[in-house]
Amino acid sequence: MTSPAREYTSVVRVAGPLMAVSGVGDAAYGEVVEVRLPGGGTRLGEVLESRLDLAIIQVFGGTRDLDTDITSVRFTGVPMRMVVSPEIIGRVFDGSAAPADGGGAVIPGKVMDIAGSAVNPTARAYPEDCIETGISAIDVMNTLVRGQKLPIFSGAGLPHSALAAQIARQARVLRDNEEFALVFGAMGITNEDAQFFLDEFEDTGALGHAVLFINRADDPAIERIITPRLALTAAEYLAFDRGMHVLVILQDMTAYCEALREVSAARDEVPARRGYPGYMYTDLASIFERAGRIYGRKGSITQLPIISMPDDDITHPVPDLTGYITEGQIVLSRDLHRKGIYPPIDVLPSLSRLMSGGIGEGKTREDHSAVSDQLYAAYAKGRRLESLVTVIGDEGLSESDRRYLAFSARFEREFIGQGRAGGRAVEESIDAAWDLLNIFPEEELNRISTDLIEKYRGGAEQ
Amino acid sequence: MTGRIIRITGPVVEADGMRGALMYEVVHVGEDALIGEIIGLSEDVATIQVYEDTTGLAPGEVVERTGAPLTAELGPGLLGMVYDGIQRPLEVIREGMGDFIIRGASFPALDRNRMHAFTPVAEQGAVATPGTVIGTVQEGNFIHSVLVPNGIEGTFVRVADAGDYTITGEIATVLVSDGKEVPVTMLRRWPVRVARPVAEKLKPGAPLITGQRVIDSFFPIVKGGTAAVPGPFGAGKTVVQHQLAKWSDADLIVYVGCGERGNELADVLRQFPALTDPTSGEPLMGRTVLIGNTSNMPVAAREASVYTGITIAEYYRDMGYDVALMADSTSRWAEAMREISGRLEEMPGEHGYPAYLASRLASFYERAGNATVLGSSDRTGSVSVIGAISPPGGDFSEPVTQNTLRVVRVFWALDADLAHERHFPAVNWLTSYSLYPDDVEAWWNEQVGERWGEMRREMMAILQKESELEEIVQLVGPDVLPEDDKLSLHIAEYIRESFLIQSAFDPADTFCAPEKQYMMMQLITDYARYGRVAVANGMLVSAIVALPVAKRLLRLGAVPGAEFRNYFEETLREMKEAFHGSGGGTA
Ligand SMILES: Nc1ncnc2c1ncn2[C@@H]1O[C@H](COP(=O)(O)OP(=O)(O)OP(=O)(O)O)[C@@H](O)[C@H]1O
Ligand SMILES: [Mg+2]
Repeated sequence: MTSPAREYTSVVRVAGPLMAVSGVGDAAYGEVVEVRLPGGGTRLGEVLESRLDLAIIQVFGGTRDLDTDITSVRFTGVPMRMVVSPEIIGRVFDGSAAPADGGGAVIPGKVMDIAGSAVNPTARAYPEDCIETGISAIDVMNTLVRGQKLPIFSGAGLPHSALAAQIARQARVLRDNEEFALVFGAMGITNEDAQFFLDEFEDTGALGHAVLFINRADDPAIERIITPRLALTAAEYLAFDRGMHVLVILQDMTAYCEALREVSAARDEVPARRGYPGYMYTDLASIFERAGRIYGRKGSITQLPIISMPDDDITHPVPDLTGYITEGQIVLSRDLHRKGIYPPIDVLPSLSRLMSGGIGEGKTREDHSAVSDQLYAAYAKGRRLESLVTVIGDEGLSESDRRYLAFSARFEREFIGQGRAGGRAVEESIDAAWDLLNIFPEEELNRISTDLIEKYRGGAEQ
Repeated sequence: MTGRIIRITGPVVEADGMRGALMYEVVHVGEDALIGEIIGLSEDVATIQVYEDTTGLAPGEVVERTGAPLTAELGPGLLGMVYDGIQRPLEVIREGMGDFIIRGASFPALDRNRMHAFTPVAEQGAVATPGTVIGTVQEGNFIHSVLVPNGIEGTFVRVADAGDYTITGEIATVLVSDGKEVPVTMLRRWPVRVARPVAEKLKPGAPLITGQRVIDSFFPIVKGGTAAVPGPFGAGKTVVQHQLAKWSDADLIVYVGCGERGNELADVLRQFPALTDPTSGEPLMGRTVLIGNTSNMPVAAREASVYTGITIAEYYRDMGYDVALMADSTSRWAEAMREISGRLEEMPGEHGYPAYLASRLASFYERAGNATVLGSSDRTGSVSVIGAISPPGGDFSEPVTQNTLRVVRVFWALDADLAHERHFPAVNWLTSYSLYPDDVEAWWNEQVGERWGEMRREMMAILQKESELEEIVQLVGPDVLPEDDKLSLHIAEYIRESFLIQSAFDPADTFCAPEKQYMMMQLITDYARYGRVAVANGMLVSAIVALPVAKRLLRLGAVPGAEFRNYFEETLREMKEAFHGSGGGTA
C-alpha cells in the first residue's frame, strides 16, 4: 500500500456505520481514511470493500453528522497503524488510542500495523509456565499458563470484573521475577466498570506497569472493532520487542462482536447464527490467536478476555465461537453467586487446555493432576446426586452417596468460595483439596494412584 | 494472460480482462503476486479467492494467469514437513522471513537442492504404465517408490543408475506411443481437488488399531475407513486426533490443522520428534506430514488445506502404504467455504452454507478407501480419514454434522457432560456407532482372542441397561432396585471408570495394546459373571463391592502394558477365590 494520500468529497451514501465514496478508483483494501466532518473535526475509517468506482468505508467514530455534500474523505495510503514506545506504559487511552489521561501524544518509537500478522505456527513456543493466580478453582483445576488465552465466561451482574482485577493483582509465575505488564482493553464498558478498574489499578500500583484503552458504553460502538487490536498491538510490542510478560484483559468481547454484527448487517451480509456474520470465528481468531510465546523471544502474551453470555447461554454464538478458539474457559455461575460463593466459578464446564503442560513434578506438585481429576469426578457425582435428591429426597441414599453430597457442599463453600481477600499458594490449594478428599475411603479415590494417596493423604478419618 | 482488479472484498477479488481463464486456475494477484485461485467466471470477469491477506490491494492492479490449477508437489522429502494450506513450507518460510507470516512468501514445497539416493528398479525396455515402480529412495524409515506418473504409457528407454539425484534430476526416459521420449524426474504435481486414481477400490481391510479402548474395542475404524468426531468445544476432538496421529498403526500420518489453534501445532511439533512410532521405533515426526493453516491464517488457504492433505495421503497410498489423515476441523473448512460463498453473494442454503456443502463433504470422504493401486495388481494401500466436526452450540443437527454422517461409517460422538466430569475420551457410548465391527471381528479372533465380539456386545448391553435403570433411579431412587440390577449398575460403573476412561496424559495408559484391551474386557466380564452367580446365590452387591478383588479392577489402565499379563492372572486367581468363598464359586 504505497499510494500517496488522496482527498475526495464524493460521498454518495451514508448508512449505519458505513459510507460509500464514489470515483476513488484505487482505494486499497484496508486503507485508513480520515473523514472530515462538515462541522469540523475528523474521524477515522477503513476501506471494507474497494471497487473501480466505489469505496465502502466503515467509520470508527460513527457516521453521525456526516453528509453527502461537504464531508471530505482523505485516503491515507496506509493500513491502520499505531505509534508505540516504552512510554505507553502507565498511560490511559480512549478506544482509538487517543490519550485520555490528559497527557500528551506518545512520542513515536515504532509504528505498528494494528491488524498484526499471524505468528508462524512453527515459531510458537508451547506455553508451559504455570501462573499462580491465588484462586484455587483456577490454580488446582484450571491452571493458567503463560501465553495462554483463557476467557472468563460470565453473565450480567456476576463479579467478572472483580475476578479479572484480582487475577491481575495476584498473578505471579512460580520461581520467576521477570518484567511484567498489564494491558487493559475495554469495549463498551460502563463508566462504573471503567472507574472500578482505574481505581483498582491505581490503588494496587498496577497503573505503573499498565496500558489502558477504554471505549465506554457511550463511545461510538463501531470503534470497538479497533480497540482490542490496539490493545494487542501494544501487548505485542511490549512482549516481543521489549521482552515483557504481558497480561491482556479484554472486556467485554461480546460488545466487540455486537459491533461486528452491526457492520455486517449494514452490508446486508448473509448471517450465520443470530445475525452474527459467518466470518466471526475467523475474526475472533485474529484477536485471540495474538496470545502466546515465540521461540527465542523473551516475552509472552497471556489473554484473559471477558465474555458476557447473553441470557447466561453458553451456546450463544459469542461464547460458543470463543470457546472454539481459546485454550479453555473459566465459567461463572449464577447459582453459586446466589449462594454467596466468591469467586462463583463453576468448575465443571470450565477448562484449561494447557494445564497438563504447566503442572506436575518440578512445576507445581506431582499429585496435582490426579487430585484435580479426583475433585472433578467427585464433584460431578455430588452434583448429580444433589439433583436426584431434589426429586426423590435423600431417604434412599447410601452411606457413600451421602459422602459425595457432603463433599460437594464443602467443596463449594470452602474450596471454591475462598472469598475476596487474598490468594492461596498453589500448594496450599492442593492441600485444601486433600483436606476435602479425606471424606472418602481410599477405594473411592479411583483417579489417584495408591502411591500418591499414601504419600499425600494426611489426617484421614481412619 | 493478465487481467485487472476491479473489486476487493476480504479474501475475494474480482478481475476483468480474464476471458479464456479456466475455472480453478491459479493466478497471481497484484503487485505482491499473491497466490489466488479462480472460483467463478462470468464473461471476462473472474472471481478469485486469494490465499493471502488482501490488505493493501487496490483496483487497477494486475492479475497474472498461470494456466495451471492448484497443485501439490509430490516426491521424496515430504515426510516430516510442516506446510500451510497451499503447501508452503512453514519452517522454510520462518527461516527466510521471520517469526510472523508475511505476504508473498514463495518457497517451493520440496527442496530443489537436496540429493536423494535413488535405486533403480525398472529395467530398460520394460513396460511403463502409470504406477510402475521406476526406482526407490530411502525416505527416513520408508521406502519411497518413484512411480511412473499418470498419463505416461510406453517403455523405458533409459533408467538412471543408482546414485544421488535432486527431485528435478532425470531418473528415467519413457518412449510413449507417438514416438516421443518423455523424461521423468522424481517430482510430481497433482491438482489437489482431483482424486488420484486407483486400479480398484477394495472392501474394508484390517482394523486401524489406535490404542484407544473406546475406539478399538467399542467403535472400531478400519484401514481405509472414515470416521467423524463431532463435539462441542473442549470435548476432546483434538486430543482424539492427536492420539490417533501418535499411536494408530497406519504407516503414515497426514495431519491437517484446518483453522484451529497455533499452539496445537506447536504441541505436535514439540512432542512428535521426541515420541517414537510404536511399530517402527523411529521418531513419530518421520512418519508424519503436517498441514497447518491455523484459524488466524488466510481463510481461503484453509479451504484448500484439506485437499492438499488428502492429495499427499493418496500419493503415499499409491506406493502401497496405509495412510491415515486427520482433519481438525472440517467445520472450519466448511466455514471457509461459507465465507467465500457469502462474498460471492451465492444463494445460501441451511445456516448460510452454500448448497454444495453436502457434495463437497461427500467427495472429500470418498477419497478415503482401501484399494489396489495402479501399476501392480498385488500392491494395495489405503487412506483412512478421520474428520473432527465443531458444531455450533454442540448441536449435532447442524448441516456439517448431518451431511458428514451421511458419508462416514464411524461416529464418535463427544459429549459435553462427560467432558465436564473429566470422563475422557468423552465418547458417548450410547449414541456413537461404528459400521465396521463385523469386518474386524475376524482379525480380533485370529490375532488376539476368540471372545472379543461376544465380550464387546456384553459390555455394551450392560451400559445400555445402565441407562435404562438410571431413568428408574431418577424417579424412585436407587435403593428399591433388585440386587441383580444393582449389580448391573456396579459393573457398568467399572466399564466406564476402568475401561472407557483412558487418559491421554498418563504414560502407562495413553496407548493400550489390543492384548491388554482384551484382558481388561475379560476381567470385567468375568467379574460380572461371578457376580451374577453370587447374587443369584443370595450375596448382596454391597458385599461384592467390598471384596478386595473389586479394588484390583479399579485402575486397570494405569497398570503398565508389560506388567499387565501378571496382573491379569493374579486378579483372575483372586477373583476365583474371593467368589468361591462367597458362594459364587460355581461360575
Ligand atoms: N483422552 C483424554 N485424556 C485426558 N484429557 C483429555 C482427553 N481428551 C480431552 N482431554 C482434555 O480435554 C481438553 C479439551 O480437549 P480438546 O482440545 O481435544 O477439545 P476439542 O474438542 O478439540 O475442542 P475445540 O473444538 O475447542 O478445539 C484437553 O485439553 C484435555 O485437558
Ligand atoms: Mg480442537
